Amino acid sequence: MNLSTLLFTLAILCCFSFLIGKRRALTIAGGKRCNLHSLPGYYGYYASLWCAVPALIILALWTGFESSIITTLVTRDLPTELQNLPSDRLNLVINDIQNLVSGNIVSGEIDPTMRAAADHYQNLKQVSQAALTVLVLTLAILSALLAYRRIHKAQRARNGVERAIMFFLISCSSVAVFTTIGIVLSVLFEAIRFFQAVPISDFLFGLKWSPQMAIREDQVGSSGAFGAIPLFAGTLLISFIAMLVAAPTGLMAAIYLSEYASKKVRSITKPLLEILAGIPTVVYGFFAALVVAPFIRDSGGLIGLDVSSESALAAGLVMGVMIIPFVSSLSDDAINAVPQAMRDGSYGLGATHSETICQVIIPAALPGIVGGLLLAVSRAIGETMIVVMAAGLSANLTANPLQAVTTVTVQMVTLLVGDQEFDSPKTLAAFALGLMLFVTTLALNMVALHVVRKYREQYE
Amino acid sequence: MNNSTSSRPRSTVERVNANLTKRYAKERRFKRMGLGAIIISLMFLVLLFGSIISNGYGAFWQTYVQLEIHFEPEDLDPQGSRNPEVLSAADYGGLVKSTLRDMFPKVKKRKEKRKLYDLVSSGAAFQLREMVMSNPDLIGSTVQLWVPADDDVDMLIKGHIDRHKPESDRRVKDQQIAWVDALQREGKIEKRFNTTFFTAGDSREPELAGIHGALMGSVFTLLITLALSFPMGVAAAIYLEEFAPTNRFTDFIEVNINNLAAVPSIVFGLLGLAVFINFFGLPRSIPLVGGLVLTLMTLPTIIIASRAALKSVPPSIREAALGIGASRMQTVFHHVLPQALPGMLTGAIIGMAQALGETAPLLMIGMVAFIVDVPANMMDPATALPVQIYLWADSPERAFMERTSAAIMVLLAFLISMNMLAVLLRKKFEKR
Repeated sequence: MNLSTLLFTLAILCCFSFLIGKRRALTIAGGKRCNLHSLPGYYGYYASLWCAVPALIILALWTGFESSIITTLVTRDLPTELQNLPSDRLNLVINDIQNLVSGNIVSGEIDPTMRAAADHYQNLKQVSQAALTVLVLTLAILSALLAYRRIHKAQRARNGVERAIMFFLISCSSVAVFTTIGIVLSVLFEAIRFFQAVPISDFLFGLKWSPQMAIREDQVGSSGAFGAIPLFAGTLLISFIAMLVAAPTGLMAAIYLSEYASKKVRSITKPLLEILAGIPTVVYGFFAALVVAPFIRDSGGLIGLDVSSESALAAGLVMGVMIIPFVSSLSDDAINAVPQAMRDGSYGLGATHSETICQVIIPAALPGIVGGLLLAVSRAIGETMIVVMAAGLSANLTANPLQAVTTVTVQMVTLLVGDQEFDSPKTLAAFALGLMLFVTTLALNMVALHVVRKYREQYE
Repeated sequence: MNNSTSSRPRSTVERVNANLTKRYAKERRFKRMGLGAIIISLMFLVLLFGSIISNGYGAFWQTYVQLEIHFEPEDLDPQGSRNPEVLSAADYGGLVKSTLRDMFPKVKKRKEKRKLYDLVSSGAAFQLREMVMSNPDLIGSTVQLWVPADDDVDMLIKGHIDRHKPESDRRVKDQQIAWVDALQREGKIEKRFNTTFFTAGDSREPELAGIHGALMGSVFTLLITLALSFPMGVAAAIYLEEFAPTNRFTDFIEVNINNLAAVPSIVFGLLGLAVFINFFGLPRSIPLVGGLVLTLMTLPTIIIASRAALKSVPPSIREAALGIGASRMQTVFHHVLPQALPGMLTGAIIGMAQALGETAPLLMIGMVAFIVDVPANMMDPATALPVQIYLWADSPERAFMERTSAAIMVLLAFLISMNMLAVLLRKKFEKR
């Protein structure tokens, strides 16, 4: 039986055990529900949980380990001269066998030993499938029967079921923790492997980035350079331009919306700004490359400036537009959190509206606004698609916004898209860059959340 | 202030009045700056939509050329066996070419002939083959048939190619323009609704490329994301909001969720690459892995929205349920959850919209391959709609630019309708 049929059968078994569990509870109670500890349905759930959970655990373990165990078994039965091959050649052979089984194209010629091994593999796979089906279904039926027999009047079925649900709830909440751990470990391990090949000081302080590794020893330009400073500089330059656009515009928009705009204007403008926030970044990237970059190049050409067609300015400008709604909604929250009494006090002293805003409200909301801006910076640094499509690939170390620069995220994409092997520093460099990105944004977020939270407590 | 020195005393009122005009002017300036900021942002919105729509609406029409095709039995099926294998192997490209030669008998030179053949899409041959395969009785008959024109001809008809440029700078040569004009005079060229765009997978030829494959990839990816992230997000929110004791572990979980919400999406792509593909050995480019990565990415959004929805359920409902003897679990699942569900659904829709527009993590796990076939299930290699946009945006052909914009319009239509749905849902249940 294949996996989906097996799961379907299991589901049917579960429904069935729910029904018999419920009926059994009612029979025991003599048809009166008040004789039971829990509602009859809970006995049904109890039985079907017992039916499903052990079987599913076995199923998960089996499918997890199946292929590696079969591979080991097949390898052990290979002729000794094949077994003594170096590990990467052996992997190739195993790959071929697997391809042979699934009917794909095989790299080399098919010799009888390979054919035999493939048959062996296929055989083992079939045996394993059959064994799995029998095991899972027997286990489901047996444990359901066991639960069925254990049902009696005073049994606390509800507590049992609730304990199982609670376990599910807790494990779902821990997914966030596991995700963080997963990110840290996966990035860290590959980054450490990278730093074994390239010294960490070269990476952090090197001024030259050209991640080409030689395939042959005597190749021209064989030595790769992994100095990440140009990438950091490019990222900062583009983020700086973006913040230059987004911070004033977003802040002024938030001030106008929360302090000046009538309710009607607000109710129309806010959703429109939210549309700006909901547009996918790939669309912004296309817009930057199609409209903004040529416009800047042409208008720069008119006044005699030499603008490259993938200028940092274009990417930064569009990224700024993308961040405007982000800044404005966070500043809006901060401004709205300032108590009305402070505004009234300022008006009572004779200040105009704008003086109240500049001298009372903004200083009071400043921590919230700064927190929002820090979050915006972290978004600008981690933004990928706009820079991939509108910023360049060449790692220039420059502060001129009219030239092409490259960023950390652009390099991560270029290094990892396409075919890759996991032992070359070129691929691993992407993980080192990812580590830097993760650490930077994490630090920015931590600081921003801390600032925002501390501020909120002041007025609550 | 009643002394009588030479300099005249100024009362407070006078001093205030003296720079009042200046202060009012400043006030007006400030207000205008605020308005300006909003207008600038909205102008960008209009500019963005305007440029996308003006670039992309043309892609919904495609130029077709009418050919009078005689299915010559001698060429297609010499033995008259109607054997599918023979029919499938026949030279339909040659059939299209001979038809074109018959239409313009004056063309004799090889170079010119090649230019002539370029007028019609290479997909025409496949169209003929499919027709014959499904209906072998066509052989021997003559059919008037509309076949897609080549993308350069399409661009010429739509006016995107400047006829006044020197010939060497143009993709369509003078001779070809003359042929196209001749065809147009005879009414053998017309623009029709571009169904290919909605029914085909990717292709190297713009006139044969469509978004169906990418759309199906997105659908499978989002199905997995929804099926995993919604129950998990709701369960996590219920635990954190209703049951979790205030201790270190709970705090740690909350800090993690808040941080994950702000981690760049490309980092989730790295996680997917290292964990799902390298460690668990799942194949690259499949919607299953894409869905798993996007699940992890949208989970914080859904958890935060669901918690807000749970918070807004009044405590009196919980107290009433507990008061008549419901257990805590029963209280939550029978009374609190139904009240909070609309808010949770709103959060889930917004999370899905975010996942639908996400590109960077999918690039990391290899969903950027050139895939012609439309994926049939979640284990088939696929791309997603935003990735398709990225891929087409890289292509140099003018026709692909048009199609990129059209694909963006489709994507934005989906996103806007999802967001509208979320807003409507919120409005409907706010009233109670």
